[in-house]
Amino acid sequence: MSEEPRSGLHRVFLEGRFAVTAELETTDAATPGSVYALADRLRGHVDAVNCTDNSAAHPHIAPMAAARLLIDRGVEPILQLACRDRNRLALQADILGAAALGVRNVVCMTGDDVTAGDHPEAKPIFDLDAIHLIRIARIMRDRGTYVSGRGLEESPNVLIGAVENPFAPPHDYRPMRLGKKMEAGAEFIQTQICFNVERLRLFMARAAELRLLDRTWVLGGVFVPRSARAVRYLRDQVPGIDVPQEVLDRIEGVPPDRQRDEGIRMALETVEAMRAIPGVAGVHLMSIRNPDAILQVIEDAHLRRGGERVQRVPAG
Amino acid sequence: MRLGRRRLDRRPPATAPEPHGLRKAILLIEKRTKEEIWDCRMCGQCILHSTGMTCPMRCPKNLRNGPCGGVLVDGNCEVLPDRPCVWVQAWEGSRKLPLWRDHMLHVNKPVDWRLQETSSWENLATRRDAHAPEGWRAYEEPP
Repeated sequence: MSEEPRSGLHRVFLEGRFAVTAELETTDAATPGSVYALADRLRGHVDAVNCTDNSAAHPHIAPMAAARLLIDRGVEPILQLACRDRNRLALQADILGAAALGVRNVVCMTGDDVTAGDHPEAKPIFDLDAIHLIRIARIMRDRGTYVSGRGLEESPNVLIGAVENPFAPPHDYRPMRLGKKMEAGAEFIQTQICFNVERLRLFMARAAELRLLDRTWVLGGVFVPRSARAVRYLRDQVPGIDVPQEVLDRIEGVPPDRQRDEGIRMALETVEAMRAIPGVAGVHLMSIRNPDAILQVIEDAHLRRGGERVQRVPAG
Repeated sequence: MRLGRRRLDRRPPATAPEPHGLRKAILLIEKRTKEEIWDCRMCGQCILHSTGMTCPMRCPKNLRNGPCGGVLVDGNCEVLPDRPCVWVQAWEGSRKLPLWRDHMLHVNKPVDWRLQETSSWENLATRRDAHAPEGWRAYEEPP
């Protein structure tokens, strides 16, 4: 590996190990306690943790603050940057500020619309779209300027990621959109939650045909449901998540006191299936107030074998 | 893949004067016809031909580079669930066009919000719409 890793996550990618990232429980506390508690739970078990940017259009602790709190506790953050709440001035300022605070991974996204959240009357910004933001992060890092052309004193040394949703229409276009994000400058991708492994397999096969996978690392999104209610919530309340009926039937088919275990089993099977898909470079684990289940999945999937991680299946 | 892509302009953009006379007539003709046919939002930097003749500014998130991840399972918009996603229409429309099909793969530059309610025909003729911020333009330039 001649390339110098920009972050711990980047090192995992470059070494060809199977990466594991998780999503931070969003907190509404004005104290660091809950971020610290989560950092202490996840430290050593995951390669990096996403700090969500007002996810599902609900305000929570600023992701940049959460990222810095994670760093303080020895956990590597991935800073999410969404275009919904800030224009190009604020987003560029955040990229610079985050890098100054020690953030080494960012992931750029458009963001849910304000109508999805608890402040539907708010003014949505969307000055840029995700692809613009990815490119602008690249301009800042690689050319050392703002998008305006004005020079930076020092450029932000960050690994630049993006998201993609292989499970939403138009399905034929999704792999090309992945290619577009890479052309804009994305170096890794975290997918939307996958309940439909077959769809992911098709998406990855098409991406491999387009020769996209030798230039990017794709992390499959896995949800660890605590109950059938959580799965129903995703299906009915979160736009763009494809929940096949048999998935819901399966978790609804077990009594409520065993649904948590069934959820872990389902997530585990998804992780195993993803590991067999050529080109999948890792998994991104998500839950709703259920971090212990994430740890359980990591343990049961042997994603850490005595410190030596499993290798991913190379693409192509 | 880059075929047919417009070269970006280095020239600093002049603020166009208030349209009068012929320029005003052109603006009104464009507005009336394009609003009628495509529900055009008069962004003044038209890319309709590269988005399957579907106006991307009709997207509630003003996306210029493809659909967001929130498209519903039935292909409708997450923000306006009783309407089809603009970008699903753009993708399908672009497959039917004889030309510009590969434009769906192009990275489109950020919107210049100063051009709202100006004539994209005039901006095309004067190359005003080819202006991009210097950092963006320089990145697309071969080093």
